[in-house]
Amino acid sequence: MKQYETVIGLEVHVELATKTKIFCGCSTEFGGAPNTHTCPVCTGMPGSLPVLNRKVVEFALKAGIAANCQINQYCKFDRKNYFYPDNPQNYQISQLYLPICHDGWVEIETSAGNKKVRIHEMHMEEDAGKLIHDEWEDCSLVDYNRSGVPLIEIVSEPDMRSSEEVIAYLEKLRCMMQYLGVSDCKLQEGSMRADVNLSVREVGSESFGTRTEMKNLNSFKAIARAIEGERERQIELIEEGRTVIQETRRWDDNKESSHAMRSKEDAKDYRYFPDPDLPPIHISDEWIQQIRESQPELREEKQLRYQSEYELSAYDAGILTESRHLSLLFEEVAKLCGNPKKAANWFMGEVLRLTKDKGLDVEKVSFAPKHLSDLISMVEKKEVSAQNAKKVFEKVFEEDIEPVVYIEEHGLKIVEDTGLLNDTLQKIMDENPGPLEELLGGKEKVFGFFVGKMMRELKGKASPDAVREALVKEVERRKNL
Amino acid sequence: MELETMTALELAAKIKQRQIHVVDGVKAVFDQIESKEGTVHAYLDLYKKEAYARAKEVEKGIADGTYTGSLAGVPIAIKDNICIKGKKTTCASRILENFVPQYNAEVIDRLEKAGMIIIGKTNMDEFAMGSTTETSAYGVTRNPWNTEHVPGGSSGGSCAAVAAGETFMALGSDTGGSIRQPSSFCGVTGIKPTYGTVSRYGLVAYASSLDQIGPVGKNVADCAALLEVIAGHDPKDSTSLDRQDLDFSKSLEDKKLLGMKFGVPKEFLAKGLEPEVRDSFMNVLKTLTEQGAIVEFFSVETMEYMIPAYYIIASAEASSNLERFDGVKYGYRAAEYEGLHDMYKKTRTEAFGEEVKRRIMLGSFVLSSGYYDAYYLKALRTKALIKKEFDQAFEKYDVILAPAAPYTAPKIGESLKDPLAMYLGDIYTVAVNLCGLPGITVPCGMDKAGMPIGIQMIGDCFAEKKILRAAAAYEAVRGAFPTPEKGGKKA
Amino acid sequence: MAKIIDDETIENVCILAKLSLNEEAKEKAKEDMQKMLDYVEKLDELDTKGVEPLSHIFGDQNVFREDVVTNGDNKEAMLANAPKAKEGQYQVPKTIG
Repeated sequence: MKQYETVIGLEVHVELATKTKIFCGCSTEFGGAPNTHTCPVCTGMPGSLPVLNRKVVEFALKAGIAANCQINQYCKFDRKNYFYPDNPQNYQISQLYLPICHDGWVEIETSAGNKKVRIHEMHMEEDAGKLIHDEWEDCSLVDYNRSGVPLIEIVSEPDMRSSEEVIAYLEKLRCMMQYLGVSDCKLQEGSMRADVNLSVREVGSESFGTRTEMKNLNSFKAIARAIEGERERQIELIEEGRTVIQETRRWDDNKESSHAMRSKEDAKDYRYFPDPDLPPIHISDEWIQQIRESQPELREEKQLRYQSEYELSAYDAGILTESRHLSLLFEEVAKLCGNPKKAANWFMGEVLRLTKDKGLDVEKVSFAPKHLSDLISMVEKKEVSAQNAKKVFEKVFEEDIEPVVYIEEHGLKIVEDTGLLNDTLQKIMDENPGPLEELLGGKEKVFGFFVGKMMRELKGKASPDAVREALVKEVERRKNL
Repeated sequence: MELETMTALELAAKIKQRQIHVVDGVKAVFDQIESKEGTVHAYLDLYKKEAYARAKEVEKGIADGTYTGSLAGVPIAIKDNICIKGKKTTCASRILENFVPQYNAEVIDRLEKAGMIIIGKTNMDEFAMGSTTETSAYGVTRNPWNTEHVPGGSSGGSCAAVAAGETFMALGSDTGGSIRQPSSFCGVTGIKPTYGTVSRYGLVAYASSLDQIGPVGKNVADCAALLEVIAGHDPKDSTSLDRQDLDFSKSLEDKKLLGMKFGVPKEFLAKGLEPEVRDSFMNVLKTLTEQGAIVEFFSVETMEYMIPAYYIIASAEASSNLERFDGVKYGYRAAEYEGLHDMYKKTRTEAFGEEVKRRIMLGSFVLSSGYYDAYYLKALRTKALIKKEFDQAFEKYDVILAPAAPYTAPKIGESLKDPLAMYLGDIYTVAVNLCGLPGITVPCGMDKAGMPIGIQMIGDCFAEKKILRAAAAYEAVRGAFPTPEKGGKKA
Repeated sequence: MAKIIDDETIENVCILAKLSLNEEAKEKAKEDMQKMLDYVEKLDELDTKGVEPLSHIFGDQNVFREDVVTNGDNKEAMLANAPKAKEGQYQVPKTIG
């Protein structure tokens, strides 16, 4: 069999994290009761008109600049005309002729090394509503809450060659969008969606094969499976001497197969033309400059800074910056406790362990940075044992309790006064006359027995060192009696 | 003086002086409707009860200083493509036969704030597509001057209602001449404002880049006052302009024509213009010259390309604007269908009229793959050249003069047989829309059959004041224009 | 010469515009569109080389809304005109078969 190469380009839709829709003042909040976030504009009522949300342009510019794009400083919206009930006007306001950003690139990391994936364009558009299929009545129901939620569509060049590269590219985009604060990019909630354009060709061939477009990919795993499935399907066709048809296919992840979304009613002729309701957008040099200056530190820069400023390893810096949310939490803790390395250890250890154990989304991790910082300080000052500190942190992680108060109330604070130590020691010695005799008789082995008993009795309120010291002193005292 | 023969400003003044009650104006209008509506059929819906109730409210509001505007208490009719909350808005189409908007058009809010009284919705060509008001799904409107004739269109209902005294004033909309041409046919005055001067929010779109709402009234002063009420920036319409020069009534104080420069495109007087209309037009030129105005002829080389460019652009936008009428969210849905696409097709085929379908099909075609550049882009380039020619003309002239239509109102039933011939009748009006210019039609004569003729005065963008001044000055020299004989000629 | 409008063109336009014409209407549509296209062919005479298409008459100023929620729950009003509704949603024939 011949050797084939897979050629993949992606169209990624990212829902922008604005408070309101792209062309009206309706909320973009996810999960409201059907049609409760709608108005004449986003339900396509006669006579209603769109007015562009400034934030959408800002977010698109932020994304474009981060992805090294050129900006079309004069850009327009176009209407894409097609009939479908989730699209209330039966045209989608999008950009075809003059998209806001074009010709950029992002760098992805794969097992084979780093690679640039070129961005063909990024454009702004409105999302469609949601269709729910009602099996009882054999009909569909339309909810326009999502209609008009702002999207940017990021169109890559056909630069990817494997599902590994595709996933790396998507993770890169997701991380970038989250760092920029322009989208939360949740695949499950549909705030990040990818359509895969895929073709195969013989290794060494210069020209591209016929591509298909795959839709309905709801997770990274589904994307990886769909890519494998489509690659195999196309190779099989070619091997059998048949041809690949340029078409849109819908992936069914349960069946792990795809089917063509063909209909004679789908003319696939969108009759794009400039939307007369929306005047062109002028993006000044000043505006671009302002956005450039306000761009947050992106992951790559953060990673380098963690290594130089905090003296963390490249590995730790990588892990800690995977999520911008977590990295900001970490930075706060590091700043408050003044010990970035210790803070990093806590994040690399306890924070990530608990996140994993509890099956929590890392973006949902939430506690007051001061609480962890206080805890770290107490450990440093030997006011709480490392063991107890971990237990207390679990409470911080789960309920965001105040560790100082909690440790005090639960008697977990290491006691400085020797009174309690001595009293406890006398009590244990009285309760264990046998071992005491052995100890006084010089049997070193029972020393450990007494230390253990003490530690248990004191529940970490004293450090092992203090216990040992007190025990040595008491043995000396008794010997000298 | 009979109430219904007063102008709107006269009525409002008498109301302010407490010589007339608001309710009297409303009653005069409904009396007139009672006697004429049976033959004219200018209205699709009337709000008699609400109008009387509102009259009381407005009377109080005028007394307590809530309503201080120059048109407070004046009854007004609204073209049925403008949304009024809770009132059927049909665009004279079956597809919106039961559509009740839950929001007001911006102009409706402005009329209400001005203390005006909305008395009903007027008939029109379906979705404003037509030049005769015959494409309405709800029957033709007859010209009050002679009921065998059309009132023009698409704002035929609004213009006929004003002419018949069935309202003091009305709102129309103008996409390619839909206010100016029926104003001419009905012997009333109508303005198409500079694009963006009046908010389009709540105006059901025909061709978004060309549509403007405008006033229809008995004279220039009434129209200027009404334009002042409805004009102004609206943040709900992205194409709405923030203009500061909206004190239109003030511009009428100086009625001198002396030294004003008028340009006349000589191509407009060539073939196709009916001799009687031409004579009337030439008479106006003479009058203006006599008053000290400078009238010059100049050449508009893009004239032949105006209608093609207009119909391509308007149809393209219409095909997209009318996609939303699909039986899903509002309006008509076919009774029986098999599946989604069949529902779309049956709904639209059953409920759109012939002219609407014709334009939707043309518009879909000129935007379709393979033809976009040759038709649509070519039309947009042509539009740029037309605009350039007008820009150059306005460097020389204050006002451009043109007939409003090549002929007077045709007889009912004559126009729809040949759509292309009907389109050609828009020759003098469409460039104004393509270029975003303001234009006013003022009655200027009568043909032998007794049908009115209007003249069109066109200004540069934002130059409403110049055309209003010129129109008012001409109107003053012209003298009172007759009104149609009572009841009109029976058909 | 202008594009010849044949059955296929009309059928394609009907798919795009969601219309279904009977034979008689189709013939009429063909004739009307042909006439219109023959007429607008006039534009070909006009030299528009180097002329930028003019889509918006005014458009030198940005028009934006601020990102502030201004609309509340309008469900009832938005559904008031729906030809068919169910459970607060617009009801349509099944979209995926």
